[in-house]
Amino acid sequence: MSSLIALSAAQAVAAVRSGELDAAELFEAYRARAGADELNAYVWVAERAPATAGGPLAGVPLAVKDLFCTEGVPSQSGSRILEGYRPPYDATVVARLAAAGAPLLGKTNQDEFAMGSSTENSGFGPVRNPWDRTRVPGGSSGGSAAAVAARSAPWALGTDTGGSIRQPAALCGIVGLKPTYGAVSRYGMIAFASSLDQAGPLTRDVTDAALLFGQMVGPRDPCDSTSLEYPGAIERPTREDLAGLRLGVPAELTGEGIEPGVLEAFEATLELARTLGASVEPCALPHARHALAAYYLIAPAEASSNLARFDGVRYGYRASGAEDLLTMYTRTRHDGFGAEVKRRIMLGTYALSSGYYDAYYGRAQRVRTKIAEDFATAFERFDLIVTPTAPSVAFPLGSKTADPVAMYLNDFCTVPMSLAGIPAISIPCALATAPEGGPPLPVGFQLAGPPFSENLLLGAAFALERALGFDGSRAAEGGS
Amino acid sequence: MIEREEVRHVARLARLALSDAEVDRMAIELAGVLEHIATIEQLDLEGVPPTSHVVSVENALRPDVPRPSLPRERALESGPQVLDDGFAVPSPQA
Repeated sequence: MSSLIALSAAQAVAAVRSGELDAAELFEAYRARAGADELNAYVWVAERAPATAGGPLAGVPLAVKDLFCTEGVPSQSGSRILEGYRPPYDATVVARLAAAGAPLLGKTNQDEFAMGSSTENSGFGPVRNPWDRTRVPGGSSGGSAAAVAARSAPWALGTDTGGSIRQPAALCGIVGLKPTYGAVSRYGMIAFASSLDQAGPLTRDVTDAALLFGQMVGPRDPCDSTSLEYPGAIERPTREDLAGLRLGVPAELTGEGIEPGVLEAFEATLELARTLGASVEPCALPHARHALAAYYLIAPAEASSNLARFDGVRYGYRASGAEDLLTMYTRTRHDGFGAEVKRRIMLGTYALSSGYYDAYYGRAQRVRTKIAEDFATAFERFDLIVTPTAPSVAFPLGSKTADPVAMYLNDFCTVPMSLAGIPAISIPCALATAPEGGPPLPVGFQLAGPPFSENLLLGAAFALERALGFDGSRAAEGGS
Repeated sequence: MIEREEVRHVARLARLALSDAEVDRMAIELAGVLEHIATIEQLDLEGVPPTSHVVSVENALRPDVPRPSLPRERALESGPQVLDDGFAVPSPQA
């Protein structure tokens, strides 16, 4: 592996700025690697580096999840219904990062419209996990996670609706941050569930996450009425210990349903946190066990509304030969959407339909209030809440595709934070073996904090990362 | 269990054509998901307000100043069928 590729993004930024490294050479090294990608992590790779870069990110290239609109570049959200769609504008966050000096390296594969936890729902084929190519990378930002883990990108943008940054970061052995809802503009993100969707970084380490995230936030975007001005700046993490930090461990998310290897890694990390000076005590999130049910009503309901725009009129695929308008709509949507997207549109339409609205959607939004209250109460006694990120290590391709509920259970540790709108980060904490055997695979450790506590989260994650000493470089050598 | 007729009704609302085989499969799959979701029926939520937004945003307004919009030809460039400066579609009543 070339020494250029071995540099973290922050190291590469420093090397370019000190004149030791040429940004164009770095871009070309990654472009070649992304072009030779065998994981199906990319759906599009840039042909050349942009003429100028500079800025705080110094020209270190960025892989971007397919669902971000990129002007003149395919933006398909993993769906055949948007095959070949080239938007006429850039998403705010993509434009902001390009202006900060992170040019577009490529677009990464994802579950169709971000609906999935394995990237097997992509209309452009599944992504493979660089640690073991017979296994999934997680999802829905599986392409971004696999690209960063395999060192075919220095860093990447993903989106998280119910765990779609954190869970693939965990399964690929990298860092993933889901910011506070509203911290990053959603303008130009092809929407899945608007009250939950949030963009965030997927990176090799916590320092890179802080560096990229720091350029994603800023003043409120006038094009996104739900975006917020970030209070203060994102600092480069330097924390060396966890002295005085109170960590809460919710029994509801750290027991039943979690693989023994994952639980063991989680508990060892808690022990390490104690040696770094943190207090670790049980905390209660009494409604967290209902989070998945509420999520699988709210997210499909919002999706069924958001995806109404795909009608074959203004962009994307249109079914040919329909004699009347209604038939054109229904056939376009039948042919253009994949099975999971249809399932969620149906579930969401059902949950919003006359006679069921109060029982399903209305009830789910009340459960959401209770979940947010649980977190607010817990944060009166604790600084951060910690859980495993995902209940399992990376699972074999095809092993969960036949059972939607089994697939949905991948999100049960990440969905509560999404419903509450709070930030959470996943860092790799150990390798563990799946119950069915196979090679050692990464386990993610999740830390969640109150709204706009990203600096605290990144600082604590940085201290833990240093103490853990996790080595993710094996994934870049082709895994097993 | 969800009746097939109900699946067809929801598919009509969602503007989604489904074959008979897809209707059968959807009835089973949706029933499975709804069974999992049914756990929230046990909760006492009397007096709990629904969440409308997770962070407090009040009156997210921007100055009402005219600015250029997307030029027509750019808006039309991705259309599957374009006719006379507009998107062409089959007749609603053919």
